Amino acid sequence: MSDPAIAVRGLSKRFGATVALDGLELTVPEGAVCGLLGPNGAGKTTVVRVLATLVRPDRGSALVAGRDVVREAAAVRGMIGLAGQYAAVEEGITGRENLELLGRLHHLGAAKARARADELLSAFGLAEAADRLVRGYSGGMRRRLDLVASLLTRPRVLFLDEPTTGLDPRSRREIWSAVRELAREGTTVLLTTQYLDEADRLADRITVLDRGAAVAAGTPAELKAAIGTLVEVTLAEDTDPARARAVLAVLTGGHPVAGPEPSRLSVVSDPVRPLALPQLVRELDAAGVVARDIALRTPSLDDVFLALTGAGATPAGGADPTAPGTGTEPTLESAA
Amino acid sequence: MSALTMPVDAAASARRILLIYRHSPGLLAASLLVPLAMVGVFGYVFGSAISVPGGAYREFLMPGLFALVALNGLMPAMVGAARDAGRGVTDRLRSMSVSRLGLLTGQTLADLLVAAVVLVPTALIGWAAGWRIREGLGPALGAFGLLLLFRFACTWVGSALGLLVGKEETAGQLGVLTIPFAMLTSAFVPTGGMPGWLAAIAEWNPVSAVVEACRQLFGNPSAPGGTWPAQHPLAAALAWCALLLAVFVPLAVRSYARAGR
Repeated sequence: MSDPAIAVRGLSKRFGATVALDGLELTVPEGAVCGLLGPNGAGKTTVVRVLATLVRPDRGSALVAGRDVVREAAAVRGMIGLAGQYAAVEEGITGRENLELLGRLHHLGAAKARARADELLSAFGLAEAADRLVRGYSGGMRRRLDLVASLLTRPRVLFLDEPTTGLDPRSRREIWSAVRELAREGTTVLLTTQYLDEADRLADRITVLDRGAAVAAGTPAELKAAIGTLVEVTLAEDTDPARARAVLAVLTGGHPVAGPEPSRLSVVSDPVRPLALPQLVRELDAAGVVARDIALRTPSLDDVFLALTGAGATPAGGADPTAPGTGTEPTLESAA
Repeated sequence: MSALTMPVDAAASARRILLIYRHSPGLLAASLLVPLAMVGVFGYVFGSAISVPGGAYREFLMPGLFALVALNGLMPAMVGAARDAGRGVTDRLRSMSVSRLGLLTGQTLADLLVAAVVLVPTALIGWAAGWRIREGLGPALGAFGLLLLFRFACTWVGSALGLLVGKEETAGQLGVLTIPFAMLTSAFVPTGGMPGWLAAIAEWNPVSAVVEACRQLFGNPSAPGGTWPAQHPLAAALAWCALLLAVFVPLAVRSYARAGR
């Protein structure tokens, strides 16, 4: 089949006065794990809900494996699995019963539903807890059960809406390995997340969403490369930070900011400007700036996220490196 | 396609409700405790100061308590539907090729079975308190049939309202309103002593129609008012059930399809 697993064109949706999606374009090839990254309210959940046939778009089209989510909703429903932000499982019955019931509702028949439930419970480490009431499950186990519940029919396309939000690190890892396993088996996964490390670890392609539209797309490496190099400089004690900033700003074309300590500066370089460590050292030295440590590194997805969405999610003590006008004013020194 | 799968979906959906009851026998015990407490409080505490024309108060009261058992289907259905909508259960089911009518029908039918189980001990308690079947077995079975039909309608009302509300907490608070709704009837006292306008409201209350119809079918004492439903309680009760089902079944199915927009 040559159709992409997901093809979204000019998708728009508003709820009252709120614009949730504004001409979104998104293509996910068969077998890929695509991460949808974006701040709260960027429209991530709405995309998933449109693709899962739960919400009708106002304009644009959305196809899952070549089938239209509005006109061919029934066909789409037969190919997808959905695990939302909540553990959508019944607490008053056991894990096994939850899966068997959903299997029956998928019209597998009682015997096949039972067999498939058994198979999934042991594959995802839930066999021991299978006959306990879900009420007694930990948050991580519930989410795992919820994920498993979306796999009963071996869906071609799986939608995971913030699958690990609110989970402890160990449970997150368990969900991650489950998703990787599915991807290995060829399931196409569309995953929304606010956690950049999650997108970095799981997704082979990332689309960054902001205000209902895609602002960037690519592999994690491409996205990081596109925003330049991260330069971190630790100054000697008697060096003037303002002067160091001025030099760094000229060299990188970026806006240096101080960390929690005023002697630690960081800046993301302009990607079109080639940057080499020897040159950096020479120029700082020539300007009389004494650095104890200089490091060039690939920016994290956090940096990508901030650079692309300009989100207010500025880390404590730092500043938004892309905000105009914050370049060399020593505003942070008084705060630090 | 989903029309063909409706019985399968209804069966699975009913199974879910029954499994919940099987794992939590306390739920059933709690539903039994309510009528028992009501017989105590109304039959013996308030009843000691209430006299009704044509017979003993406790015999007058029991059809009222039966109707209350039926009305009690509304609140859990409403809270349950709102909880499912709020926790994503409804979303998951909507993203599957499942018959919505089947899902909802299964739930309400399972609830009907629960109601039938609760009605039996309630009747036995009533018997011990002096309530009797005086018109023969046929009309009595008719009365229990009517009570189950009313419970069925109430459960659909609850499902529809729960899906419309969509929030478990709001549904819980709204559910408290069933108490004044149950009081503003002829279930506990004859309407004759109420101010005229209040008596009219109480007599047009569907619960009153069911209660009066049951009194008639069981041959228990009653003091019907002068309004049409009070004079023709069986017709009124059946009409009310038909009307509630005609409005709330489509509303529930439509709300199910639209939950979360």
